[in-house]
Amino acid sequence: MNISRRKMLILLPAAAVAWESVLAGTPEASPNYKMSDHWWGMLIDISKCIGCGNCVRACQTENDVPEGYFRTWVERYHVDDYHLENPVVISPDGGKEGFPVVKEDAGKYFFVPKMCNHCADSPCTQVCPVGATFISPDGVVLIDQKYCLGCAYCVQACPYGCRYVHPTKEVADKCTLCYHRITKGLTTACCEACPTGARQLADLKNPNDPIHEFLKTHNVQVLKPQMATGAKAFYNDLDGSVR
Amino acid sequence: MSAFKDARHLFRFAGLFVLAFLVFLVVRHYYVPKSFGQYGHYRGAAVGEIANLPVKFAGHQACEDCHTDVVAKKNTGKHAHVNCEACHGALASHADDPSTVKPVLPDTAVLCARCHTASAAKPKGFPQVEPAEHSQGLPCETCHNPHSPGMDAPATAAGGAK
Repeated sequence: MNISRRKMLILLPAAAVAWESVLAGTPEASPNYKMSDHWWGMLIDISKCIGCGNCVRACQTENDVPEGYFRTWVERYHVDDYHLENPVVISPDGGKEGFPVVKEDAGKYFFVPKMCNHCADSPCTQVCPVGATFISPDGVVLIDQKYCLGCAYCVQACPYGCRYVHPTKEVADKCTLCYHRITKGLTTACCEACPTGARQLADLKNPNDPIHEFLKTHNVQVLKPQMATGAKAFYNDLDGSVR
Repeated sequence: MSAFKDARHLFRFAGLFVLAFLVFLVVRHYYVPKSFGQYGHYRGAAVGEIANLPVKFAGHQACEDCHTDVVAKKNTGKHAHVNCEACHGALASHADDPSTVKPVLPDTAVLCARCHTASAAKPKGFPQVEPAEHSQGLPCETCHNPHSPGMDAPATAAGGAK
């Protein structure tokens, strides 16, 4: 192939323009979705959770979460006379296949689904040295896996233990609040699969979202409020022993 | 000018600095992605890339658009608030291509027991049974229609289009 100097002079800028559009990435999936109109969170109702593990399995299916790692998991707490301060907590395989049956009712039992709290002042994004993890303009903590180095600093920084290093990709991984679903008008996979409505996606910027009425009429807490993370996973009926 | 008499090597050195800085600017221009800093200290295009990931759970709206008979049945019973894919699993592939991708009917022995096996750990108001005692080994759907599990609604077929 023979390329004249003149052709080369035309081709070079054309290639540069093409490369820049590659670097700029793909446009947003839903043209109707405006990030500035939303501020996402999650409502978790402890009194409704039956510990079936549907959310854990749904999350692993939806997000190709590797075996043995969890973006969401369910813990079962057992608080009795001997363990008021330090309750017995189990989570066999993340609660994926449910929990062992309890016959007698000594003390209190309850299930606590855990996931990324999508903190408004998240410790994990503050420590990232390269800007690979960030809070999106609609309030979801996300990871740019093409930019992540896999240093795992964020894994240590998360006070809720919600991050892990993906075993094959070797980059940080976590709950995206099903960002690929909520931007298309769907709810998250865990909410979709929850049979009792114990999990509900909440849009704090939407004045018609039932979350606002719920927050005003129920005893709602966040996990580890003393850490001032601005957590947006709101727990109804949360026991004081939950860590 | 006597102060700068022997200073030519300093100017050469400064020139090197300027050159290195220009090289840095050029390299930086090509290596930092265009969308970095679009919304904050991160690659703005990553937001769109994550939003573009494929969906595996179709969402109950997609099911209800076609299976109107099941929805009608479901709305009459206690499972009205249970989404289709809570039991039937992720079926976006079926919703995208209903004629070729056929969902497999879930096994009620596993499915019903997962939620309704009695355990003191479950909330008190939630309906729970000892499966072995409750049905003496009969499959749940002998008496209950999973789409509307109340006993007053006699179980016919599992309800709805197969």
